[in-house]
Amino acid sequence: MTEAISKYWPLKRSGKRNRRKRALVFSGIAVALFLLLIASGFLIGQEGLRVNFDGAFSAPSLAHPFGTDWLGRDMFIRTVKGLALSFWVGLLAAFISAVIALLLSLLLLVNKTLDSLVTGLIDLFLAVPHIVSLILISFMLGGGLYGVVIAVALTHWPRLARLLRAEIMQIKNTEYIAVSRNLGKSWFWIAKHHILPHLIPQLAIGFILMFPHAILHEASITFLGFGLSSEQPAIGIILSEAMGYLSSGMWWLAVFPGLMLLLMVAVFDNLGRNLRKVFDPLKGQKQ
Amino acid sequence: MIKFILKKIGKLIGLLAAISILSFVLISYSPVDPVRSYIGAEIARISPEQQKNIEAYWGLDQSKPQQFLQWAKAVAQGNLGNSLIYRKPVSEIIIERFTASLALMGLAWLFSGVLGFFLGILGGMNEGSTLDRFIKTYCFILASTPAFWLGLLLLMFFASYLGWFPVGLASPAGILSEEVSFVDKINHLILPVLTLSIVGVAGIALHTREKLVEVLNSEFIRFARAKGESGMKLLWRHGLRNISLPAISLHFASFGELFGGAVLTEQVFSYPGLGQAVVKAGLGGDVPLLLGITLFSVVFIFFGNFMADLLYVAIDPRMKIKTVND
Repeated sequence: MTEAISKYWPLKRSGKRNRRKRALVFSGIAVALFLLLIASGFLIGQEGLRVNFDGAFSAPSLAHPFGTDWLGRDMFIRTVKGLALSFWVGLLAAFISAVIALLLSLLLLVNKTLDSLVTGLIDLFLAVPHIVSLILISFMLGGGLYGVVIAVALTHWPRLARLLRAEIMQIKNTEYIAVSRNLGKSWFWIAKHHILPHLIPQLAIGFILMFPHAILHEASITFLGFGLSSEQPAIGIILSEAMGYLSSGMWWLAVFPGLMLLLMVAVFDNLGRNLRKVFDPLKGQKQ
Repeated sequence: MIKFILKKIGKLIGLLAAISILSFVLISYSPVDPVRSYIGAEIARISPEQQKNIEAYWGLDQSKPQQFLQWAKAVAQGNLGNSLIYRKPVSEIIIERFTASLALMGLAWLFSGVLGFFLGILGGMNEGSTLDRFIKTYCFILASTPAFWLGLLLLMFFASYLGWFPVGLASPAGILSEEVSFVDKINHLILPVLTLSIVGVAGIALHTREKLVEVLNSEFIRFARAKGESGMKLLWRHGLRNISLPAISLHFASFGELFGGAVLTEQVFSYPGLGQAVVKAGLGGDVPLLLGITLFSVVFIFFGNFMADLLYVAIDPRMKIKTVND
């Protein structure tokens, strides 16, 4: 009996979906659920955020699943709105970052001087701790929403650019590129028709993996007080407010918002990893 | 070897020059007015002429390149200027703050390294088992955990709920710094170090695990197994030698993340270290301190990377110096 099972079991399983694809489906579902939550964050009105001193500091209950804060505002609504804001900031910043990485890495094709300039720039950005460069840039821009987006966008491209550069270097030395060159095509034409299509999987996965980092850094810098201003519903703001009520035993002020942030970051990170495993099995196996 | 070190030092100087230009440009275009942030709330009591005088005294009326040259000249002579918030020379503050941070970062670095390495070995030796999957999941979750949130949770649970540890700061309030006992200092250090170590474990554990799995799947391990070696003996003889060097190097190269984590942790625990100083400098518009700490953090990270490279070159005979200099 067991023999028969062990004989057919692997066949059956491989006949269906393989494990990587199944993992991908699961993380896809998780992301979809999260997107739903974020979308609802936009649709929820301001009612729950109305100031209500009678209901201030109430512990989590059915009416307020995450409790209420010092002004009696519902923490669940604040958290969801904060997540939605973080989501957009992260998305925008990661997108700009990915575009910067792509453009700079394509400079490799133009000439050597520009390329060495780009590598120098990558080294330069990697030489400063992320947090410090974030502080510097948002200091220059005077904080605020744009300051955060630009600061996060300007600090996250180097790793992806380095990855793409290596990829382009490899493609550049292939035969079909040489043939294309000999046919008299310009580098722009080659980049568009022969190189860009090869970069798309790396770029897309790099973008998705950059996204949770961007969210995390947005929250950190807001927490430190450089980012979004305190009237905006951001997770970093909520957590830095919670710091003031540490010793009063109001644990729900910090636990739930942080947990939701962690979940969002983990869900998107998971999606990126699983995508990489399917599209780029060789490198995806490494971590 | 000496050539290698000299080359690295040359690179550091170039890097510092580039960073200082870049950060100077960034800071000088900031909307924060240095005179205003220096004087603070009493700005209303000062006449515009007096403001002009201060600006002239600081050289703010000169052109930006001139300002930069003056600052660079002073920095090259070892003078980082005076901090506006603390009213002390920047270099003094950096040294004082860094010694506090060093205790925090050094301990956390050691703990996270040892714990991460151990977890990585545990996972790698039992690849595919429940334990391995547990460790992997744990590390992935840790990698997405905001350091400041973890610090908040620990602070809430251990310091305010259980009352085992003091809430923040590096010494009890209201006591002269000379009278702070060693036990007090340790007591104040435990939670920040714990936070920073827990956050730092993920990278090193995953890396060690992956490397060990790679090594264990190689031919020479199969041969060693065929000879009858297994378990701890196999790990000790063939595994550890191959994975420890890259792990130590990686850990040295992670100084950047360590510094970032320290900034957040120090903010949560109001621990008077370098990270807290840089946040204060940024929020208070203290330009000299901000620039000074930026340069210092570059040196700090460079030192980590340098140690990582040096370890490879000095210990691993297979590494040729040329291949390291990419």
